[in-house]
Amino acid sequence: MPNFGVLFFPGSNCDHDCYHAIRKTLGQPCDLIWHEETSLAGIDCVVIPGGFSYGDYLRAGAISQFSPVVSPLREFAESGVPVIGICNGFQILVESGLLPGAFIHNSSLKFVCRWTNVRVEDTDTPFTCTLRKGEVLKLPVANAQGNFVLPPDGNSSQGRRIVLRYCGDGGALTSEANPSGAEDNIAGIANGRGNVLGMMPHPERSFESLLGSEDGKKMFESVISWIKSRNADGKTV
Amino acid sequence: MKQFSVKIEVKLKAVVLDPQGKAVLNALSGLGFSGVSDARVGKIVELTMEGESSEEIGRKADEMCRKLLSNPVIEDFSVEIMEK
Repeated sequence: MPNFGVLFFPGSNCDHDCYHAIRKTLGQPCDLIWHEETSLAGIDCVVIPGGFSYGDYLRAGAISQFSPVVSPLREFAESGVPVIGICNGFQILVESGLLPGAFIHNSSLKFVCRWTNVRVEDTDTPFTCTLRKGEVLKLPVANAQGNFVLPPDGNSSQGRRIVLRYCGDGGALTSEANPSGAEDNIAGIANGRGNVLGMMPHPERSFESLLGSEDGKKMFESVISWIKSRNADGKTV
Repeated sequence: MKQFSVKIEVKLKAVVLDPQGKAVLNALSGLGFSGVSDARVGKIVELTMEGESSEEIGRKADEMCRKLLSNPVIEDFSVEIMEK
């Protein structure tokens, strides 16, 4: 069974939600890994949870990029291991340069906490390989700085894939569906290879019907199936 | 070794929308201040540094800005150095 590793930093606050979702709901092995750890040996999928690491000081995610665990994280990301950063985890991936772009305050200037719909734009990543292109997932967001900005070379799609976009119930990309004002309705983006995904909505908060949606679970089932098929092929990621 | 006061200003690039600046602009006009056409909000970081020359301090401050104090994707920075 794939081993998940949930990293946590001073100020992370979704680490136990992720742990619960993976360990209890999916029944997969999962370790909580403190940011001072210098090895990620034995981990098949790295999860960087949401929260306010280092109090969002300077810029959200800016200080966490210098934590010791980020060195093995970089090696894993470059060697093709699936890495998912959720909310503040996404901000950390962007600040550490593992994903392109940056975040500014939500255009509403408000902390936005609500359900959103996101449309799957790219199924060639470990986290979306069992989903359909165009499939709409119901996932919640909770952030103050979810306003994603692409780098100024904006039109070049080299080195990145847009994986999730905010949309209406039927899948239409509208500004009403975009909770933060993010460029191009971007809710989730991956590196060129597709193994490193950052997303603002919280899949771990939509794992059980009791919570209002089970759609987040689909993304983790997808990565489990991806890892299993890689292992079956005898490939090491 | 000399002591220097280093003042680093970090601002969003002109092409990046500044939601905080927009809110400040709206608040100012709400308070009755007329004639304000734009507002941008930035950050100031003040450092006290030791070194041999202002050139050396400038090089270090520049590197600090690129590595941590600013995000080059969305922000510009400027450095002001004064010997104490």
